[in-house]
Amino acid sequence: MKLLIIEDEPEMLENMVQTLERQHYVVETASDYKSALHKIGVYDYDCILLDITLPDGNGLELLKALKSSGKDDGVIIVSAKDSLDDRLEGLNLGADDYLPKPFHMAELHARVKAVLRRRHFEGNQQINIGNVAVAPESREVKVDGNPIVLNRKEYDILMYLITNKKRLVTKSALAEHVWGDHIDQADSFDFIYSQIKNLRKKLEHATITIEAVYGVGYKLEVM
Amino acid sequence: MKLLNHTSKYLAILLVPLITIWAFIFYYAMLDEIYDSLDDGLENQKILLLQRLPTNPEILEHTDLELWNHSITPISKTYHDQFTERYSDTLMYMLNEKDFEPVRTYETKMAYNDVYYKVKFITSMVEEDDLIQDLVTYLIVLYAILMITIVVLNNLMLKKIWKPFHSLMAQLPNFRIEKNHQIQTKDTSIVEFKLLNASITTLIEQSRARYLEQQHFIENASHELQTPLAISINKLELFLENTNLSESELNTMASILDNLGRLTRLNKSLLLLSKIENRQFTDEEMIDFNQLIITITEDFEDLASHKHIGLKVESIEQLHFQTNKDLAIVLLTNLIKNAIVHGQQNHTVTIGITHNSIVVRNYGLEAALDSNFVFSRFKKISTDKKSTGLGLAIAKAISEKYRIELSYSYTSQHIFSLHFPSVS
Repeated sequence: MKLLIIEDEPEMLENMVQTLERQHYVVETASDYKSALHKIGVYDYDCILLDITLPDGNGLELLKALKSSGKDDGVIIVSAKDSLDDRLEGLNLGADDYLPKPFHMAELHARVKAVLRRRHFEGNQQINIGNVAVAPESREVKVDGNPIVLNRKEYDILMYLITNKKRLVTKSALAEHVWGDHIDQADSFDFIYSQIKNLRKKLEHATITIEAVYGVGYKLEVM
Repeated sequence: MKLLNHTSKYLAILLVPLITIWAFIFYYAMLDEIYDSLDDGLENQKILLLQRLPTNPEILEHTDLELWNHSITPISKTYHDQFTERYSDTLMYMLNEKDFEPVRTYETKMAYNDVYYKVKFITSMVEEDDLIQDLVTYLIVLYAILMITIVVLNNLMLKKIWKPFHSLMAQLPNFRIEKNHQIQTKDTSIVEFKLLNASITTLIEQSRARYLEQQHFIENASHELQTPLAISINKLELFLENTNLSESELNTMASILDNLGRLTRLNKSLLLLSKIENRQFTDEEMIDFNQLIITITEDFEDLASHKHIGLKVESIEQLHFQTNKDLAIVLLTNLIKNAIVHGQQNHTVTIGITHNSIVVRNYGLEAALDSNFVFSRFKKISTDKKSTGLGLAIAKAISEKYRIELSYSYTSQHIFSLHFPSVS
C-alpha cells in the first residue's frame, strides 16, 4: 500500500512517516503545494494524507486538482483548523475523511485502514488474526470458528486494537475512538477498564491477548 | 424620575414663590394706582364745587356727607390757617351691602366771601378683601394653566426634541457585543445629540473591533497550539512504543500524556467557545432530543458505573427542536458529564424530558452552588484537576445561541434545566 503525506510541518511529517512505515506502508512525502501537485500528477496512491494549510497554497485546491484529473486516490484531510466549513467543503470535494489535529497515532492508523478497506472492497473480507476471525460487514467475531457475542463497545475496542495490533494504544485514544469525541473531558479514562475486562473474558480461548501497558494503555499481542 | 418630569417639577416649585412675589408687587402697584385716581377724582370734585358755588350758593348748606358725598362745615380763621388738607381711609355703613365698607375721604378747606369752611369729600373705595380674594383665585387659575401648559409642552416638544436620545437609550440595554447588533442613530439637528450619536457609534465600532480581534486572537492562538500539541503527543506515543520503560518511567510518561491531553481538551474547548460566539455553526436540523439523549447516555454508562452512579432517562414527552447537531450533542454531553463527574456515589443522575424542557438532576455537594458563577469560564466547582472549567460556559453559550434558557437550582439535588422556547 502506498501512501502520500502532504504536510509542511517537518516534525509532524516525521512522526507520521515513522508510525505509518511501522504499519508496513510505503510512505512518500511532500512538504509544499508545488511538489505535492507534481507527485499526485505523476503517481497513484492508495491514500493521501492532506494538510490543507500549506505555505504556498491551499490543500483543498490540491484535492480539486486530484479529483478533476479523474484520480480515485483515497484522501484524508489533516488539519489544525478544525473548522466546520473546511470539513464540509473537503468532504464535498470528495475527501474520504477529515482528521483534526492533534490526533493519536492509533486514530491515524484506524482512519487510514478504514479508507484503504473501503477503497479496495476489503469491507466484506474477513479479518483473521491468530485464531480470531472478524467479519466487519456483519460485525461478527469468531474464536476458533465459534461465534462470540460482543456488545458495540467491546467490538469497537477489539477492532481498534486489531487495526493497531502489536502497537501501543493509549487509553485516551481508545476512549475517544470508542466512546466518542465528547467523552474526552471525562475526569479519568479508568472507566474503560471494565469493558476491557469483559472483552478479555470473552477472548479467553483466543490466541490474541490484550495486554495492559502500565498506566498508559493497551496493546494487542498475538501468541 | 424622567428628565421630562424633572424639569416640570422644578418649574412647579419655582413658580410658587415667583407668582407670590409678583402678586404682592402687582397688588400694591394696583392699589397705589387706584388711590391715585380716587384722590384725583376727589380733588376734581373740589374744583367743580368751587366753580359752581357762585351760581349755587345752596351748596354751602350741604352738611349731610352721606347724602351729598361731601360736607361743608364753617370754621374759624385760626383753624383754617392751621389746617392742612389730607386724604384718609375710613369705614362707612353701606346700605346696599349692609356692612361697613372702606371709603376714601378728602378733607380740605376753602374761603368763600370771607367765610372759612372745611370741606370733606368721600368716595367709595375698592374692597380690599374682595380684591385680594379675587386676585388669589385668579392667580391660582393662572398657576394651574401655566403648569398644564408647561407639562403638555414638555411632553410634546421635549419628547420630540429628545427623540434621538430616547431612541439610543432604548437600544443600549439590549446591546450585546458578542451579537452583531447594530445601533441605529436618529438624524438630528441638535449639536449635542449629533455628538452623542457620533460618540456612541465610534465607541461601539471600536469595542466590537477589539472584541473581534480578541476572538480571533483566541481562535488563532488555539489553532497555532494544535500542531505543537500534535507533535508532542505523537512523539511521546512513538517513544513509548520504541522504548522499554520501567513502571515508574511509564507512570511519568502517562502523566505527561495525560497533561498534554488536558491541554488539548482545554484548547479545543476555547476554540469551540470562540466558534460558537463567532457564529460558525450555521447548519441546523430538527433534532430528536429523546433519541440523542439515549445515545449520549449510552456513551456515559461506563463512566457512570465506574463511579457507581446510576443513569436514568425519563422521557415523559417527545422533544424536537431545530439546532446544529454538533452543538446539541456538546450541550447535552456537557450537562450530563457535569452531573456524572460531580455526582455522588450510589446515587442516580436523572435526565427528565418534556415537550419543552430537559432537566438534569444529580446528588452531590450538599449545598447550592453560587448561581452567579456556575456558568462562568474557569470557575471550577470542585478541585478536580481534570475539568477544564469551560464545560458549563460552553453549555451556556450554546443555549444562548438558540434562546434556550439554561438555569441552575438546588433543592437537595443540583438541577440544571433547559427550557426550550416554543416554536412559532
